Order: sequence, then C-alpha cells, then structure tokens
Amino acid sequence: MADAAVTVEGVSKRFRLYHERNRSLKATIMRGGRVRYDEFWALRDVSLQIEEGTTFGLVGENGSGKSTLLKCIAKILRPDAGKIRSRGKMAALLELGSGFHPELSGRENVFLNGSILGLSKRELTARFDEIVGFAGLERFIDQPVKNYSSGMYVRLGFSVAINIDPDVLLVDEVLAVGDAVFQRRCNEKFADFRRAGKTVVIVSHAADAMRTMCDKVAWLKDGQVVAEGRSEDVVDDYVDQGHEDRVEVTAEVAESRWGSGEVRLQDVHLLDAAGRETSHPSTGDAVTFRMRYRADKAVSKPVFGLALETLDGTWLWAHHTRDAGFVPDEIAGEGVVDLHVPNLMLQPGTYDLSASVVDYTTTHQYDYLRRCLRFDVEHGTPRESGGYVALGGQWSSDSFDA
Amino acid sequence: MSSIAELTESKELFVNLTLRELRGKYKRSVLGWTWSLLNPLATMVIFTVVFRFFLKVEPTRGDPSGLHVFAIFLLCGLLPWNFLSNGMSGSMGALIANSNLIKKVFFPREILVVSNIASWVVSFLLELGVLAVVLLVAGNMVLPWLLPVIGLVLIQTMYVVGLGLLLSVLNVYFRDVQHFIGILLQIWFYATPIVYPITYVRDALKDRSELFTLYKLNPMVRFVEAYRDCLYDLRSPPLFDMLYLFGVSAATLALGVYVFSKLEPKLAEEL
Repeated sequence: MADAAVTVEGVSKRFRLYHERNRSLKATIMRGGRVRYDEFWALRDVSLQIEEGTTFGLVGENGSGKSTLLKCIAKILRPDAGKIRSRGKMAALLELGSGFHPELSGRENVFLNGSILGLSKRELTARFDEIVGFAGLERFIDQPVKNYSSGMYVRLGFSVAINIDPDVLLVDEVLAVGDAVFQRRCNEKFADFRRAGKTVVIVSHAADAMRTMCDKVAWLKDGQVVAEGRSEDVVDDYVDQGHEDRVEVTAEVAESRWGSGEVRLQDVHLLDAAGRETSHPSTGDAVTFRMRYRADKAVSKPVFGLALETLDGTWLWAHHTRDAGFVPDEIAGEGVVDLHVPNLMLQPGTYDLSASVVDYTTTHQYDYLRRCLRFDVEHGTPRESGGYVALGGQWSSDSFDA
Repeated sequence: MSSIAELTESKELFVNLTLRELRGKYKRSVLGWTWSLLNPLATMVIFTVVFRFFLKVEPTRGDPSGLHVFAIFLLCGLLPWNFLSNGMSGSMGALIANSNLIKKVFFPREILVVSNIASWVVSFLLELGVLAVVLLVAGNMVLPWLLPVIGLVLIQTMYVVGLGLLLSVLNVYFRDVQHFIGILLQIWFYATPIVYPITYVRDALKDRSELFTLYKLNPMVRFVEAYRDCLYDLRSPPLFDMLYLFGVSAATLALGVYVFSKLEPKLAEEL
C-alpha cells in the first residue's frame, strides 16, 4: 500500500448557528456573555486515508460536509476533534482569483496570488510565461484586473493555482470554468498532474466527471462517510440512491430509471441491417438503435438521446436529437425513434446503452433509462489492435512496401 | 526545519502583501505618492493656523538646538501620531477586507495585519525623511540623530503591531471595536503633547504631580517626547523613558500575539 498523502482521523467539525446575529459588545454584555445558538455538526468522526498518487473524490449532496472536509484538509477551518495530517506542499483551488487586487495589473496579481499560495518570486518568475500563456492573457497581462471579464479573471486564477505544482491539490468544483478550449486545457493539466503521481482531492456533485476522473471516492452524507472505495462502485451507488425515490423500474433490464414520466420510453432495441434484433453486432456493421415511446398527453419539443459507456464507466459517446436538429414540435401517443448508424465503429468489447427523453432545454428529464441495453461487439471490419473505438485508418509508407 | 521553510515563504508573502498595500493605496490618483506627504502637510498648516495663531500656543525652544518653529515642533509629534493612528485603523480593517482570502487560502493570517502596518512604516519613514530635510534647512544638524530615531521607529512599530494584532482580531468578533477606537483616538490625540508642549500640562498640574505621573503613563507621551528630543532639541531622550517604552511595547506585542493566536483558528468561520 502506498503512503498516505493525507490522513484524516476521527475529524468532527461543529458550527454554531446563532439565533441573533448581533455582533455588538452591548448585546453580548446584556446577555451576560452568553449567546444563544444551535450546534450543527458538519462533520462527525470522519476518517479517511488518501494515498499518495491517487485522485480522490468526495461526493455528496449539498450540505453533506464535503466542502467543510476539504477546508479542514486545507487548514482553513480547524476541526473541533480529530487530526488531519498531510505530506508535501498543498494547494487549494477553492475559489479562483480570490485575493486579486482589482487596481493592480494582471502581472502584479500573478506574483501576489502566487506568493499567497506559497511560491517564491524566483519560482514565479520562472513560470510566469507558462502561467500567462495557459490563461491565454498575454495581451492583457499589464491591464488592471478590474478590467478583465469574469472569464479572464477566473482563468488567470486557475492558471496561477495549477502552475504551483503542489504535491497535493485540493479542488472544489472549479472544473467548470472558462470556454471549451480552456476546459480542455484544464483537463489535460489534470491528467498530467495525475500522471506525475501527484495527489488530487476533488469535491463535486458532478457524478459523471467524478466517475471517470477519480480512482477512489468517498461518499459523505450528513457529515459522515457512507461509503468509500473504487470510484465506479461508490459513484454508482451515490447516483442510484439520489434517484431512488423517483425511480419505478418498469424496463426491467435498466439498471435504474428516473424522470417525470410525461413521456415514457417503453423499450430500446438494437437492430441489425436486416431489421432483426441483435445483441452481438460486429465492428463496421450497419445497426439501428430503436426507441419506442409513449406520451399520454401531448408533449412539445421532446429531445431523445442515447449514450454509450464501457463497463468500467468510461463515457464513450452521446448524441441527442436537438444537436442533430431533429426535434418534433409535438408528440402524442405511441411512436418510434430510430438512430441509424451506417458503420458501428466500436472495437470488440461489451458496451452499455443509456436512453433518455428530455425537454428542449435538456435539463428536465421525462424519462431516463440508465444502462438499459447491453451488447457485445464482435470482431468485424475494420479489425484494429485495441481500445474502444475503431478509426478505420490505412497504413502506408513512401519508404517501404509491405 | 519545515517551519524555517514556512518562514521564508511567509517572508515573500509579507513583502508582496506590503507592496500590494503600498501600490493599491495611491493607484488612480494623479498625485500618487505625493498624497502621503500632502496629508500631513495639510494637517500641519491647519494646526499651525489654529493653535499657533488663534490659540497662541508657544512651542518650546529647542534645547540645545535653539530651534523655535511651531510647525516643526508640531510635525515631530504629529508624524509618530499619524503612524499610530493609521496603523491602528488600517489593521482593524485588514482581516475584514481580506475575508475572501482568509476563507479560501491557508497562510499565516497575522501577515495581513503586519503587512498593513509595514506599509504605514514605509510612509512614516518617508515623512521622517522629508522632515529631516526641513530640519537641516532650518539649521538643525539632525543627521547623527537619525540612528536613534530609527531605533524609536522600531520600538513604536512593536507597539503598533501589538495593538494592531489585538484590535484586528477583536474587530472580527465585535464590530463595535472600530467605532470605539475612533473615539479613543480623538481623546488619545489630545492626551498626547502633539499640538501643545508637555510643559503646559506640567504647569497646569503643578499641585497634582500624581496626575502628571498618570498622564505620563500614556506611552504616546513618551514616544512623542523622545522623537522631539532627537529631532527638535537634538538631545538624547531619558534612558528611563526608553526602557519604559521598550517594556510597554514588548508587553503590548506579546499580548497582541497571544490574543491573536487564541482567536485566529476560528477566523474563517467568524468572518
């Protein structure tokens, strides 16, 4: 077993909820120094070991104590009981660009913020170009940051923090910053970070991201650890539990199901080129995914979607009818939606399909069948060497014949 | 070992935060740094008009320097007073103004207070430099006395840091502190021989020498007198006064550090 980068032992943290938020001396003296408050235990006897080199996730609903735990690890809050030990240089990405002085230029703020996060001037000078380049702010670095857009502000903050090169990085839901290009750069940076054997602790309720990013996950509920272990297992439990109340599994094969039910997906099938049902297509086959739905009342602009994941939870692909520009004004009664795939470019392996029907904003789910169809892809054409996807490329060389 | 590393890291942070205070203070003002000198200059002009010409306050004659200029007499007391008053007001806001930092990043919190005061030390030294030039022009050969003045600044800095640490953290818990301090500073200003020579108080309390002793317990009385001894009179301050000031400053600093360290762990929650 690797050494622990962070050890949390029996940590409890209590907050006081004051009834009167009166911070005056007079009020305190009148009450004889006593203040009426309720105690609220944000964390209760939490113990965790975060091994060096792992990416560790803390999941849980709002108010479950996950952010409090992160702040305790970051030494911002002091636990009322228990101990936290950590090894190596630690940096926390709790709020980006906190500590920027609006009147100072981006350049001055990089040095200021960097030194708050524990970098020396020499280290900062060495990394300055990288920090500015990463944020993409070369042209604006000598402008006062109050003239920055909020995106620029956050990008610079993130860039400083990520370039500190700590041994332990604490991250609180900041992955969703910036535009798509910046997001991709962030994710690459995180991947580099993990590859370099650094420890990352992430707090989030974005279950999908947590499943793929983390090696291990602890699930917190009401300040206590409910489950801890491999990220796929814990995150799946967490997601399923979150929807338990609303789920009424009718499609017996689906792992879980939720949604408000104005439109129901009755079943989902995989059909081969001849229109027959199949569960083992081959690479390169023409296939059709068919969803049958039923809407008791008329529903306007529903969006149908499909997604594929591998058994270990990697999210491979998704496509919905809104992005395809194929949204009906209204549906009512029963019907069928097909997705025709001319060449199934998946390498041999087992895949799970999830199907959904959502409203036009894609934020409200009418029906969601998670992992409702499992199928095995067999060897076909093209036949490639490994991985999940087949690209159908051709080898060639001007230098030799083969 | 790690604490040494932490200390050197904190040193850089301290320097950077101090620079932030200094740079931020006069950004976007046309005169910039000149303001730091114009402010005491304006006060000097006002006080000179009111106290010297309306109220006929007679400054002491410099002994042995022979200097007899109210404006300079005033500045020798006003500049140390401004340092105290700015340092106290500044450090009271230091934690509250940086609450976003305290809630998001771990670093030694006292740096916020100390760097704020450090920025006032820089202003103070600048003002003293200008005052030294004025004194030279007025014929006071002040140069050999600048070394003891630096010593005095160090002792007073200890005193102000002690008060600053105490007030900054108390102000987080009880916001009345800053209003209370506003009044206290006014009383304190007139309880210190800045606009009048200390001889006025001594003469007024001729028959009540115990009250005069009480008056002299105020550390700022002896600070101002000591600065004036070095700069205006060109003589050494009494050794006892220096020991008293050093003792009071060290005790204040110790108290400030103690209270701060007791209340600091809960700062992120209370802010």
